[in-house]
Amino acid sequence: MDLITPEVGLIFWQTIVFLVLMLILAKFAWKPILGAVRTREESINEALASAEDARKEMQNLKADNEKLLQEARAERDEMLKEARQLKEKMIAEAEGDAQEKADKIVAKAKENIEMEKRAAMADIKNQVATLSIEIAEKVIGKELSTEEKQHQMIDKMLKDATLN
Amino acid sequence: MQPNLKPIILSRPGTMIAHKSLKIIVTFTLALALLPFNAFAKADPEAEESKEFNPTDMIMHHIGDSHGWHFFGEGDSSFTLPLPVILFTEEGGFVTFMSSEFHHDTEGHHVVEKDGMRFVNYHEDIYKLDAGAETVEFDEEHNVLNASKPWDFSITKNVAAMFLTVILMLIFFFGLAGHHKKNKKAPAGFNNILETLVLFVRDEIARPQIGDKKYMKFMPFLLTVFFFIWITNLLGLLPGAANVTGNIAVTVSLGLFTLALILINGNKDFWQHTLWMPGIPTFVKPILAVVEVLGLIIKPVALMIRLFANITAGHIIILSLIGLIFILESAGVAGISVPFALFITILELLVAFLQAFIFTMLSALFIGMAVAEHEHH
Repeated sequence: MDLITPEVGLIFWQTIVFLVLMLILAKFAWKPILGAVRTREESINEALASAEDARKEMQNLKADNEKLLQEARAERDEMLKEARQLKEKMIAEAEGDAQEKADKIVAKAKENIEMEKRAAMADIKNQVATLSIEIAEKVIGKELSTEEKQHQMIDKMLKDATLN
Repeated sequence: MQPNLKPIILSRPGTMIAHKSLKIIVTFTLALALLPFNAFAKADPEAEESKEFNPTDMIMHHIGDSHGWHFFGEGDSSFTLPLPVILFTEEGGFVTFMSSEFHHDTEGHHVVEKDGMRFVNYHEDIYKLDAGAETVEFDEEHNVLNASKPWDFSITKNVAAMFLTVILMLIFFFGLAGHHKKNKKAPAGFNNILETLVLFVRDEIARPQIGDKKYMKFMPFLLTVFFFIWITNLLGLLPGAANVTGNIAVTVSLGLFTLALILINGNKDFWQHTLWMPGIPTFVKPILAVVEVLGLIIKPVALMIRLFANITAGHIIILSLIGLIFILESAGVAGISVPFALFITILELLVAFLQAFIFTMLSALFIGMAVAEHEHH
C-alpha cells in the first residue's frame, strides 16, 4: 500500500464513520453540552449582574445611612448650640436682674439715707432756730430792758435803713 | 502516482551496513519528492525473503495500513487480531472473509478461494488472481500481469482504530451530556477537562474565526473533527496502534468535509469575490478567478497534507531511531536511540494536540471566510 496514494476503501470508511459520528454527537452530545454550557453561562452572568445590583443597593443604603447619621449629628449639634445659647442667655438675664435689683436696693438705700439726712438736717435747723429764738429772746430781753437801750437800738436801725 | 515506494526500497540490497543506513535515510527523504520518477524500480522478491533487516520495509509496514491488527510475534505464531476483508468485484459482487485466512502472508503466496474467485495479499494490497495464476506477478513497471485489483472496502487496521476512537468519543461525550442532563452545575474531574476543551474549541477557534452570529452552525463539525483528530493522534502513539491520521486517505476525507462546508455555506459575497472580484479591471477578473478557485481547492489540500505529513513524519522518526538498533546490530545503540525516541514521543504528544488544533483552526478560518458578511463600500 502506497504512502501517498489514498485508498478508496479507507476514504469511504472515514467519510461514513466521521459523518455518522458527527451526526450522532451533534444530536446527543454537542447540542445538550453546548446548550447546558450556555444556560450556565447565562445564569452566571445573571448572578453577577444581580450581585452588582445588590452591591449598588448596598451602597445606596450605606449612603442613606450616612446621610441620616449626618443629619442626626447636625441636629444634635444644633440642639447643643441652642442649649448653650439658652444657658448663656439665662445667665445673662439673671445677671442683669441681679444688677438691677442691686442697683434698685442701692438707690433706695441712698434715697433713704438722703431722706434721713434731710430730716436730720431739718430737725437740726428747727432746733437751731428754736435755740436761736430762745437765745435771741434772752438776748433781746436783756438788751431792751431799759428805755434808753431801746432808743439806741431804734436809732441804729434807722441809720442802717437810710444807708440802704 | 502508481509507481510507489516499495520497489525503490526493494531494489536496494545493502552492502555495507552503515553505508546502507545512510543510503536508506537519504533514499527515503528523496523518495517522497521523487516519487513519480521512480518508474524504473522493480520488485525483487529475493530481497524480501532475505533475513537481512530492511528498515524501510519495517517503517513502511508500521505506518501503513494492513488487513489484520498485528501486535507481536512472527508468522503463524504471531498475535494478530483478524479483521474482516470486504471486497467488491465487478464479476461476483461483494466477497467477505476474515484476514486470518491469508495466514499472515503478505507476499502473495497464500491463495484464498471464495465464491470461485482466488485472492492473494501482496503487501497488503489484495489482488484477484486470473484463472490459472498461482501468485501475483508484476512487470518491470510494477503493473500487475496476472491479476486484477478488486474494490477493497475491508475493515482494515486503520478502520478498526477509527472505530476505537469513535467508541471513546461516544463514551466521553455521552458521559458529559449525561452529566448536563442531570444537573446544572459545572462538571468535575474528567468531564470538566472535556468541557474545558469543548469551550476551548468554541471560544478560541469557532467564535473568533467564524463570528458570534454563525459559529453555532459549525460547532458540531469543528468539535467532532478536533476531538477525532486529537484522540486518534494520541491513540496512534500507543505501541501496536494504527497510524490513522497519518494516512492520506483519512486526511483526504477530513479535508473534503471542510471543502464541502465551504462550498455549501459560501455566501453570495464569497462567490462574488471568488469568481468575479469586484473593484478591479475586467480583464484581470478571469485571471483572478482562476487563482481564487485554485486557492479554494489548495486550502483543504494543504490541510490534508499538513496533518498526514506531520503525523507520519513523527512516526517515521521514532521508527527510524528504533531501527538504528537493528541497522547497527548493536544493543548499545538502544542507550541513545531509546531516549531520543522517548523525547520524540513526548514531542509527538504536543504535535497530536497541535495538529488537531491547527486543522480545526484553519477549517474554522476557511469557513469563516466563506460566510463572512462583507461591508459594501
